Amino acid sequence: MTMTLPAYAETLGIEAGRDEDDRIVLTMPFGPHVQGRPNFLHGGAIAGLLEIAAFATLWDALGDEDNRPQAKPITVTTDYMRGGRTRDTYAAATITRLGQRMANIESFAWQESEDKPIAAARMNFLLVRD
Amino acid sequence: MPPDPIDIAKIREKIISGEIDPRAFFEMINQHSHNGLIGVQYVANADNWVELAIDYDEKLVGDPKTGILASGPIISLCDMASGMCIMLTTGKFFQTVTIDLRVDYLRPAKVGHRVTGHMECYRHTKNVAFVRGYAHDGDVDSPIANVAGTFMFLESQ
Repeated sequence: MTMTLPAYAETLGIEAGRDEDDRIVLTMPFGPHVQGRPNFLHGGAIAGLLEIAAFATLWDALGDEDNRPQAKPITVTTDYMRGGRTRDTYAAATITRLGQRMANIESFAWQESEDKPIAAARMNFLLVRD
Repeated sequence: MPPDPIDIAKIREKIISGEIDPRAFFEMINQHSHNGLIGVQYVANADNWVELAIDYDEKLVGDPKTGILASGPIISLCDMASGMCIMLTTGKFFQTVTIDLRVDYLRPAKVGHRVTGHMECYRHTKNVAFVRGYAHDGDVDSPIANVAGTFMFLESQ
C-alpha cells in the first residue's frame, strides 16, 4: 500500500519507508527548517515527526483510504529524552490498542540507534466511523 | 546562522537592561529556524506569559481530507511560547530543554484561521520550570487545545 503523507510531512522534509519487518519508518533530514536552539533539533519538529509516524502507522492499519475511519488526535504527550543533533532523525510507531472508538499509539524517534530514543510520544486518537 | 555563545551573552545583557524588548528578541532569534518555517509571530507578553501565533498555511495541514492543521505546528508554537515565557519569568536564556509537553485537543482548529498560543510559567524551581496554557483560533473562550509542560534548566546562571 502506498503511503500518502500530509502536507506538513512534506514541509518537514519527511520521507516514509519500511524496514525489513515491514514496519513504517520515517526519516527527517536535518536542515535549518527543523532547527531550534543552536546545533539542536527543534522540539516542535520532533513532535511533528512523532505525530506523523503515529498517523502513518494508524492509517496503514486502518486500511483503504476511502473507507477508513477518521482519526482525530485527542491527547499528545511528548517526552524529550536526548537533545536531537544536526543529523537525520528516524521515527516509528507502535499501536498499543486499536479499538472501535479509540486507538492508543506510541511513537519513538531516534538518531544514532533505535535503542537510544531522543523522544517519544503517546497519542490517543478518537476514531470516527461513518 | 544560529547565534554563537558570545552573541547569546550579549543578547542576555541587552534584554536584562531593557535595551531590547521581547518582540525584538523574538524577531532576532526567529529568522533561521523551525519557527521561521512555520511562521511563528510575536503577539504579546507580560512578566510571566507570552502569546505567539501562526497563520493558517496549507503546508502545515495534517489531514488532507479536512484541511485541518497538523498538531505538530501547534505543539511547536506552544513549545516556543513556553521557552519564551520561562525566559521572561526566570531571566534564564537559551538554557531550557523540554522534559515533557502534553497537548489536549479540545476541538479541531477552524480551517483558514490563525492559531494563537498563550503560555504561562506558573512556577519555577532551581532546576525545573512548569508551564501551562492554551491555544485558540480567534475566540479565547473556546480554546482548541489545553497545554501543560515541564522544562529543565541545563545549568545554573
